[in-house]
Amino acid sequence: MAGNIYSKPVLFTIVSAIVILIGTAVTMFIPMLTPQMHPRLENLKPFTPLQLAGRDIYQREGCNNCHTQTVRPLKTEVMRYGEYSKAGEFYYDRPFLWGSKRTGPDLARIGGKYPDAWHYRHFEDPRSLFPQSNMPSYGWLKERLIDPEEVRRHMDVLNLPYTEEEIENLRGKTEMDALIAYIQSIGTAVKRRPVVKKAVVREVELKNPLAGDPRAIARGRDIFMEHCAMCHGDDAKGDIGPSLVDDVFFYVEGDLPDDDYFEVINNGTFEGMVEEGRTAKGGMPPFGEELGKDEIWSVISYIRSLKEEGR
Amino acid sequence: MNDYSYDNQTVKGFILSSLFWGVVGILIGIWISIQMWNPSWNIPPYFTFGRLRVVHTNGLAFGLGLGAIFGIFYYITMRLTKRPLLFPRLARFHLYLFNVAIALAALSLLAGMNQSLEYAELEWPLDIGVVILWVIFAINILGTIIKRREEQMYISLWFIIASVVAVAVLYIVNNLSVPAGLFKSYSIYAGINSANVQWWYGHNAVGFVFTTPILAMFYYFLPKSTGLPLYSHRLSIIAFWSLVFAYLWTGAHHLVYTPLPDWIQTLAIVFSMFLIAPSWGSVVNGYYTVAADWSKMRTNYLTKFFIFGITFYGLQTVQGPTQALRVVSQLIHYTDWVPGHVHMGTMGWVTMIVAASMYYIIPKIYNTEIYSVRVANTHFYLVLIGQLIYSVTMWITGIQQGALWKAVNPDGTLKYTFVETLVRNYPFWKLRTIGGIIFAIGMVFFIYNILMTIRKGKSLSASVA
Repeated sequence: MAGNIYSKPVLFTIVSAIVILIGTAVTMFIPMLTPQMHPRLENLKPFTPLQLAGRDIYQREGCNNCHTQTVRPLKTEVMRYGEYSKAGEFYYDRPFLWGSKRTGPDLARIGGKYPDAWHYRHFEDPRSLFPQSNMPSYGWLKERLIDPEEVRRHMDVLNLPYTEEEIENLRGKTEMDALIAYIQSIGTAVKRRPVVKKAVVREVELKNPLAGDPRAIARGRDIFMEHCAMCHGDDAKGDIGPSLVDDVFFYVEGDLPDDDYFEVINNGTFEGMVEEGRTAKGGMPPFGEELGKDEIWSVISYIRSLKEEGR
Repeated sequence: MNDYSYDNQTVKGFILSSLFWGVVGILIGIWISIQMWNPSWNIPPYFTFGRLRVVHTNGLAFGLGLGAIFGIFYYITMRLTKRPLLFPRLARFHLYLFNVAIALAALSLLAGMNQSLEYAELEWPLDIGVVILWVIFAINILGTIIKRREEQMYISLWFIIASVVAVAVLYIVNNLSVPAGLFKSYSIYAGINSANVQWWYGHNAVGFVFTTPILAMFYYFLPKSTGLPLYSHRLSIIAFWSLVFAYLWTGAHHLVYTPLPDWIQTLAIVFSMFLIAPSWGSVVNGYYTVAADWSKMRTNYLTKFFIFGITFYGLQTVQGPTQALRVVSQLIHYTDWVPGHVHMGTMGWVTMIVAASMYYIIPKIYNTEIYSVRVANTHFYLVLIGQLIYSVTMWITGIQQGALWKAVNPDGTLKYTFVETLVRNYPFWKLRTIGGIIFAIGMVFFIYNILMTIRKGKSLSASVA
């Protein structure tokens, strides 16, 4: 009896189809019909026309071949990239763009991490910021314009809300503008968590313990060159980021106390953040997971020493 | 007899087409491997890594892989049903359409038409083309099997039928999308659900393009070329049913530690472990078949292709489930370990068996012998060394990468910036390029041997006529 099926091709085809479909039904079809597969975070916003145009370019250029968009709930991964990914963040992603390989870093929390100017420079020439980077240059995206009517069609297909003004505003926008608008939106439905340093929280110093220490200043210089000069310039007089040797912090005249200085380097800045009554526009990444307490104090010592020299 | 010779020409057409697309895919593979350590090899807009990588994967999976499967399956089916193909002209049309579709696929991917679904990147007009190709194939294969002149269906036919059914379901379901113009569409699935559908597809595309069809070839050509009967028919029955049953549960092991519901991940991990058993059912069957006379390894040049191929399949099917485990996944996932794993399967298992099958078929079609066993042996050792260099370097750098990402200083801060972890891959990526070049040279020997055999066969049949 059991042997019969091997001489009945039609029956064999039907039976093998059923066998194949069991696992398919249990792990794929049935879950799809349940709400657990379609969660949505409350403050998740749909893509704007410009962001969607950017996402289309992200897909076209195959960015997902080298960049993932999902932070796993692992300690060092959360430290490196930020809060782990939530199921409800991807409601509008058709399809998902999690990727499977990190030749470059994960991008799940890239939105708001750097200012737009950083991305323009990085896309134009990744090696101007990271000399050893292997990322292709995408400066050519600056020469190509977005077609507003095409974006409108795409918004309609996806049933996403938009205003005529948003479509009109696409006129003259380049593919680079769109891509950066998309990048800046990724992962922003989840709030950035401050870097909690056990060592810092326990013994938070209000004053820089390494102020004026020549060895700390020398060490701070090396750290500055590696991590800060990229945006604030080799001489700290400002570039993508503001000058650190003038006496303006967050657009207000007057020095920043040591402990606030520490916090800005440790946690970075985000739009609307208030520090000593001054409001930040955001765009500085947190360095607290890469730089230890002494390293941050050393950088501050170095920057303050530059300021002294300037006087 | 005339029918057979017409069908044989179709088989040969598919074999030569698949070798052509194979060369294209391998050359692009070497190109993108260089881009990994030397970004000046990116030529925007058409030849950046992001666009070329999908041409590499699609070119080899669909161009080399499907081309070989179509041709070799037509050959096997004719032999096992003891009759020519039911629709010979349809098969010939299939051959032309296949080449047109692959050419258009490559061009569309270079142009950036990309659905961003791994191994299902092609946009919707080409998806329709692929489905038509598959339906044509299915009609001919299933029709020929139904009208067969041999009562029992041999194991290879089971695997062929299962592949035909599974790929149809997988490809259609995963590619469902809403067109937004001729060259752009949006998937009907969103978010974590789209991830689940994609990796159900992605893993089983590997299962039913790179596993079951290759097993069909293995079960047919190993006994044929060695003259040794298959060790156990019963073992192959158990292996077949448990393999096609378990495979479909395992896709989510690609999504370990993502926001996908945990139970789907865990179920996938469990079934991945289970898959070791049916996979090794075929491995054991292969070993014991040749165990009847191990001297075949020396005396028959094709035996070592099959035995090394099935050995890499055996290693692959232990390594794969191991990677599914959470404790392993958290270290090696997203690193270069994974391309190392994939290429052991494609370079070590798939192309070994496919090449051996072609070595068997081409002389049979022309009623002659292979042009040169020595060239075949050179081919064997070159692809073996090339693949080992590729896989081993990627495993080493993958573990290193995973470890560097996790490294912390005594004060709890991360020890390495991302770029610091990246640059340590460069030496290994350079070695990988060398491995790829050695493999490619091996394939040149192979293709030369096939072409010379055809030439020899042609002059032979001309002299007979």
